[in-house]
Amino acid sequence: MQLIDMQKVGVYRNERWLIRNIDLTLNKGEIVTIIGPNGAGKSTTAKVALNILSPNEGKVTRAQKLIVGYVPQKLSIDWTLPLTVERLMHLTSAPKKGEIQQALTRTGIPHLQNAPVQNLSGGEFQRALLARAILRRPNILVLDEPVQGVDTAGEAALYQLINELKSELDCGVLLISHDLHVVMAQTDRVVCLNGHVCCQGTPATISNTKEFQELFGKTAAPTWALYQHQHNHTHTLDGTIKQHTHDTTDNDCCQHHYEDK
Amino acid sequence: MDFLLNDFFFRAIIAGCGIALFTGPLGCFVVWRKMAYFGDTMSHSALLGVALALIFQLNILLCVLAITIIISFALLALKKNGGLSTDSLLGILAHGSLAIGLLMIATMENTSIDLQGLLFGDILSVSKTDILIIYLSFPIMLLTLKLIWRPLLCATLNQELAEAEGQKAKLAEIIFLLIMAATIAISLKIVGVLLITAMLIIPAASARFFARTPEQMALLAVPAGIIAVISGLQGSLLYDSPSGPSIVAATLIVFIIAMGLNKVRSKFKSAQ
Repeated sequence: MQLIDMQKVGVYRNERWLIRNIDLTLNKGEIVTIIGPNGAGKSTTAKVALNILSPNEGKVTRAQKLIVGYVPQKLSIDWTLPLTVERLMHLTSAPKKGEIQQALTRTGIPHLQNAPVQNLSGGEFQRALLARAILRRPNILVLDEPVQGVDTAGEAALYQLINELKSELDCGVLLISHDLHVVMAQTDRVVCLNGHVCCQGTPATISNTKEFQELFGKTAAPTWALYQHQHNHTHTLDGTIKQHTHDTTDNDCCQHHYEDK
Repeated sequence: MDFLLNDFFFRAIIAGCGIALFTGPLGCFVVWRKMAYFGDTMSHSALLGVALALIFQLNILLCVLAITIIISFALLALKKNGGLSTDSLLGILAHGSLAIGLLMIATMENTSIDLQGLLFGDILSVSKTDILIIYLSFPIMLLTLKLIWRPLLCATLNQELAEAEGQKAKLAEIIFLLIMAATIAISLKIVGVLLITAMLIIPAASARFFARTPEQMALLAVPAGIIAVISGLQGSLLYDSPSGPSIVAATLIVFIIAMGLNKVRSKFKSAQ
């Protein structure tokens, strides 16, 4: 089932196109990762997908009764706002006590139910936010750089958890990442963005590369995947595309070379 | 009841407590959203509203309400255009409107206006009508605040999260500004334009030390405000001091005591 379908979407703000010609589809049970450098329009694209921003051109189709579970990029909660993990779970939905305990157990932090959120570590806080999102029973889970500020081991565990939650909730997952080459292994599609869709495709599983296994060991490797691509164009400071080659008929302006080892 | 209301001091206490009932919960949002200076700007512009009301012989309450709303929306519009920082814009609007208000009042021929009372509050001027207005409006304002509580709290934590999950964040923010303007217009007589923001911030800040959830903080801010109003007005009567500064000084004492108690409590906890 198609959850979100964007066609030729463009957003024009402050006298410039933030994104243009964006095609993006997210199906149920699918993980789509948006990658791109800072200012590439990743968040803008996600906002259009979620109906926060309305596009100036193009078409967005959303499935009816879309319930969104959102894990924001950074949520700095000031000391002045008293908030326990339990209260955070009630932010946009009204779960029962047992459900909260269940969700926190599922994300691995059942012991932190009564802790003030200001006392949580980066990884614990991400898990709390994830628990909050799944309590909404979403059919689309949107995660904006979920592994930021989490160490490598924590990152692997978090990716693992996201993948399991996807199956349990039977939802679609939209992941935003600024890492241009390493993505979550279970990603069905990677969309590389830089104002426009530079390229999209499936990632090559990282566990096959020897270097990676040496670096992180075999157990961690299945969590990540490589997305290898090389751009044949550069962007000037105002965002215009400068082609290096003239062969752009197929609209794919990246060169892919997966290494089969 | 009626003979009590004929006593000006009792009227002041009733009016002051009525104000504390909603400045407490509302003030929590001012603290959480870091809007102290924003509140100052709105309340300073209230003086301009009073001056205009006197010149054109309009209802003071409605005129003040209109001006504070116009100023707060003007600020939002200016902020969107970029350029100067919010901080500077607030400074320009706050002091600009205060200065113009003062000039207009100073040049007015009718010299019976009690400028001191406008700036610092005047317990003698609280009428039965004022009390009626306070007690008619505060249930409406509290109910409205309760209705927008979830989207506003969510937007305070994270704007994107609120919008992504379908909370009407923008509408809640606009309603919040309207409630704030109304609060300022209503509490003008008791606390005065210069010190209204203190009634929003200090009781809420005192409540923070003992709260674990946003709702607890909002509830605890009410008694903190009421204690300050009663003791402040007593002091005002005792020393014949203006009511606004007396109440605000009392809120400061409440805050210091709350901070001290919190220190003692955490010392005690760590010793265990």
